[in-house]
Amino acid sequence: MKGDIAMVDVTRKYVIPGELVSEGKYKNSLNVFRVEDKYYSTRVGMAEITPDSVRVIPLTGPYIPRVDDLVVGKIVDYSAFAWEVDINSCFYAYLPAQNVFGRDYSPARNELTQKFAVGDLIAAKVMAFDRTRDPLLSLSGPGLGKIRQGEVVKISPTKVPRVIGKKGSMIRAVEMGTNCRLTVAQNGLIVISGPTEGIIKAISALRLIEKEAHVADLTQKVQTLLSVKVDEKSESESDGEQEE
Amino acid sequence: MSKSSITKLLDAKGVRHDGRKFNELRPVTMKVGVLENADGSAYIEFGKNKIMAAVYGPREVHPKHMSVPDRSVLRCRYHMTPFSTDTRKNPAPSRREIEISKVIREGLEPALILTDYPRTAIEVYLEVLQSDGGSRCASITAASLALADAGINMRDLVVGCAAGKIEGRVVVDLDDVEDKEGEGDMPMAILPNLGQVTLLQLDGRFSRKEFDEAFKLAKDGCMKVYDIQRKALMEKYFGAEETGEQ
Repeated sequence: MKGDIAMVDVTRKYVIPGELVSEGKYKNSLNVFRVEDKYYSTRVGMAEITPDSVRVIPLTGPYIPRVDDLVVGKIVDYSAFAWEVDINSCFYAYLPAQNVFGRDYSPARNELTQKFAVGDLIAAKVMAFDRTRDPLLSLSGPGLGKIRQGEVVKISPTKVPRVIGKKGSMIRAVEMGTNCRLTVAQNGLIVISGPTEGIIKAISALRLIEKEAHVADLTQKVQTLLSVKVDEKSESESDGEQEE
Repeated sequence: MSKSSITKLLDAKGVRHDGRKFNELRPVTMKVGVLENADGSAYIEFGKNKIMAAVYGPREVHPKHMSVPDRSVLRCRYHMTPFSTDTRKNPAPSRREIEISKVIREGLEPALILTDYPRTAIEVYLEVLQSDGGSRCASITAASLALADAGINMRDLVVGCAAGKIEGRVVVDLDDVEDKEGEGDMPMAILPNLGQVTLLQLDGRFSRKEFDEAFKLAKDGCMKVYDIQRKALMEKYFGAEETGEQ
């Protein structure tokens, strides 16, 4: 991997759990474990060391919900007050009926199956989640609700930022090359809608991104695969990490 | 292999029955990500041991009442396939397997940051396809690889290696014959980067001096195994050649 011309000097290296990432004092850290002033990685991934932070961007791992994440999930069950949704995580999420029917929801009047049946796919936002409670979903927002068409592809949740790319560059490249629309959810589920040939092409592009997530200049590689003309200044794409 | 066919475990030159020196390990190979449907997996060949490790989770705890509010529950199952031994082994979990499952769980627990996954379970399945002594150490090594492959937060990898005593001499990494005919066996697992011991068992009689010697041999053996373990994990994720700083 060649070093890129970044504004701050960033040191990158591949790490595995238990490997010493850096020594010293840092303000921010992610996926590292500290013993005095030694920082050890807790995951397999790419370490990024800047003067004030040590971060390890993992290459594998489960999806842990976070508030405001966009997720795609499947309805697995329902009770009188809520639907239970499988969001590809270690927790089932709940979608309260009030959120769908409105404030005056009454279990006597409204039938939950009218809106969503078991097996339906929905796009939703994580409304609330913490260590003590299962995630709550919300459908209020543009583009949220039942997914009626398209193909769902599952990728590793840790590779979602890579699929999105810097400011959405990767997703734009794929959309342009395939004439499809992509909904990339944080939990690793991607809904592709568009012409069949486009969907097939998009899936192969996603598989490439997933396989080579740690490689630099991936956007260019994807553009070549999909024969997209390199637009704009082609951005000094290096790590493709979406800003958090 | 009949027991009586081996008369001497150690010859006059200090060479063991299979041609190894006292501080020499059996050949070890490891591979990460061998199972499609597990969240993380690894396969290890440690001498004639062949062990498959699979990790599932973090996932929902069943039955639900066993979940812990502030951390994940780690479950381990060490199991020997009926065809893994000379004479058929009953597939039902034996007393020995239950004990090994427990010590492996306790050997892995300090390496995992279980508080990062409250109310969940992490399950480790270890299937011994062929056994040849020292399988608990090999299992723990494979299990930690599978856990890293599953992307569970870990303080360090765990690596195991045994030492033992044959014909009055302390040696590293006993095989099946040496374990049965020898005078003592000391399996050990360590966190190589943090320098901590997570598993230490001893079967037999060791003097203080012998114990110190065995401890050192086992530790050195662990570090040798760790090199192979590290390479296996690096190869799966970054390809063989791409290691070190960018």
